[in-house]
Amino acid sequence: MASIQIANARKSYGAVDVLHGIDLDISDGEFIVLVGPSGCGKSTLLRMIAGLEDITSGDISIAGTVVNELQPKDRDIAMVFQSYALYPHMSVAENMSYALTLRKTAREKIADAISGVAEILGLTALLERRPKALSGGQRQRVAMGRAIVRKPQAFLFDEPLSNLDARLREQMRTEIRKLHRRLGATSVYVTHDQIEAMTMADRIVAMHDGIIQQVGSPVEIYDRPANIFVASFIGSPAMNFLEGSYEQVGENSAGIRLTDGALVPVLPARDAQHNQPVTLGARPEHITIVSDGENGLPAKVELIEPMGLSTLVHVTLAGKPIKIFTMDRPAYAVDSFIHIAFDMAKVHVFDSASEKRLPPASEPHGDHAGQ
Amino acid sequence: MTLTGQTSTRKWLYWGSHYLMIAAFVIFALFPLYWLLKVSVTPNDILYTEGVRMWPSRTTWENYTFVLTQSNFPHYFLNSVIVAGTTAIVTTLVAALTGYAFSRFAFRGKVIIVALMLITQMFPLVMLIAPIFKILAPLGLTDSLTGLIIVYTAFNVPFATFLMQSFFDGIPKDLEEAAMIDGNTRFEAFRAIILPLTLPGVAATLGFVFTAAWSELLFALMLVSSESASTFPVGLLSFVSKFSVDFGQMMAAGVLALIPACLFFLLIQRYLVQGLTAGAVKG
Repeated sequence: MASIQIANARKSYGAVDVLHGIDLDISDGEFIVLVGPSGCGKSTLLRMIAGLEDITSGDISIAGTVVNELQPKDRDIAMVFQSYALYPHMSVAENMSYALTLRKTAREKIADAISGVAEILGLTALLERRPKALSGGQRQRVAMGRAIVRKPQAFLFDEPLSNLDARLREQMRTEIRKLHRRLGATSVYVTHDQIEAMTMADRIVAMHDGIIQQVGSPVEIYDRPANIFVASFIGSPAMNFLEGSYEQVGENSAGIRLTDGALVPVLPARDAQHNQPVTLGARPEHITIVSDGENGLPAKVELIEPMGLSTLVHVTLAGKPIKIFTMDRPAYAVDSFIHIAFDMAKVHVFDSASEKRLPPASEPHGDHAGQ
Repeated sequence: MTLTGQTSTRKWLYWGSHYLMIAAFVIFALFPLYWLLKVSVTPNDILYTEGVRMWPSRTTWENYTFVLTQSNFPHYFLNSVIVAGTTAIVTTLVAALTGYAFSRFAFRGKVIIVALMLITQMFPLVMLIAPIFKILAPLGLTDSLTGLIIVYTAFNVPFATFLMQSFFDGIPKDLEEAAMIDGNTRFEAFRAIILPLTLPGVAATLGFVFTAAWSELLFALMLVSSESASTFPVGLLSFVSKFSVDFGQMMAAGVLALIPACLFFLLIQRYLVQGLTAGAVKG
């Protein structure tokens, strides 16, 4: 296993810049998830690590060796493709042994390796089958097996679960995590699904427009997003945003004056000026529905979505749609007015111009790696 | 009861008319071949005297024995096998490599090359005979099988390339990328992974070029003058003499000429109908 260093890596197609100077250190055995909307450059970055795309400038090193000029076959990495990319004219066993055969591994060793991996992945009964005789989940497993059997320096995953149905995806997510714990292999996993990113990653790399927006553990990214993009991308249902201006009320208290004149109390933000245009960010679970007597803001109920365990309530506040997550069974009807309150300690203040988060003065300095 | 009766009648009508139409088409397409066979086994003396009959009152193999033993036909036949076979193999090889490049790589001048290849297909062959003769004559390539092979290859490569490209386009790029990560160079991945999956395409291209070269008459007639380098379409013309046409022998030679083409398609038909990429990626 090995570490991967990416130093100021850039990629352009002609005049179009796809990646603008990526810096990333992946330590040995780490499970890194590159996440972002389509077109953010995450797959391109993965393919540059694999050697399937040229690097326009910068360096990529695997296990301390710069691999910029090395062919994919000489980088000792394995990749799992979204389409699985199984060789259709070979059996499952042949698919898995292909790389070992090319490396002229002894036949007995190959057989041992295949049976071992097949055992782990539950493929023993399928070894003689062709890919077309397998279900989607089984093909996915074979693709995994083909990667594992080689014991490479690092695993690269390019949206490997996108073609599976929801239940299977959940199951494979757990399996990949277990496999990672078992093999301890350095892994780079690309996905546009923030739930996969949250559940699987040691560290998440959130990307947008060819730039790394934030690197951090899932909880760090969820609790302290570096900017509006990360805040809106991570988390489902997504964070609510309200425009307003920052108001320093007293020495130790502050608030955000919404466009309709209501004041939402927040923790005093570091580097925020009085009357500065800001955006209030509140996750659906950080808004509570309060009884009329308390200091709530009136909001109109637009839609109630029961989800079994919880309920998602859609309301309008200051002319903006807001989603509220509640564990209580709703006792109000659509079109009625309820009062809602924001959890002062949990809501975020973003500078409307730069879209960067303005952390509360009480939060320790520099504990997120935003760029 | 009536309902099921009605449905089964409708079903019967549906399938009946279905097969009737197919049968009509097959008969329409195969009738000339049937006539070829019929004339080839009709003895010369009753060919004109019996009028139009579906099958002659007597049959004979005479025409075949004559063609095989008394004429130059076996020699023409061999020439045709050499020319059509070599053309098919060389063209397919070139077309496979070119088609792969067109399908997978973006390179400078690609559009221009494609346009030039299309332009070559726009000229009537008759226009090109004189210049081609002028080019080949000083090189000593007229009156030779090599000359024919070169001309046929040149004319078939563009179309065969587009054909192969469309087959490569149908094979996901991920497959050779997976192979390259597994330890192949690009060429090895092409040979070991992509080519086996393109066999239906290779077979179709081979078949297309082979039949085109096998039945080509214009260039074979214009570029070759000696008997020793004649191909069978030219040979067929030798049954036409100044005063008469020996239809029986001509048809017998025609039937014999069909055999290699039929054998060839029999060999490759399983690749033509097979979709090998099923299961490669999510279907």
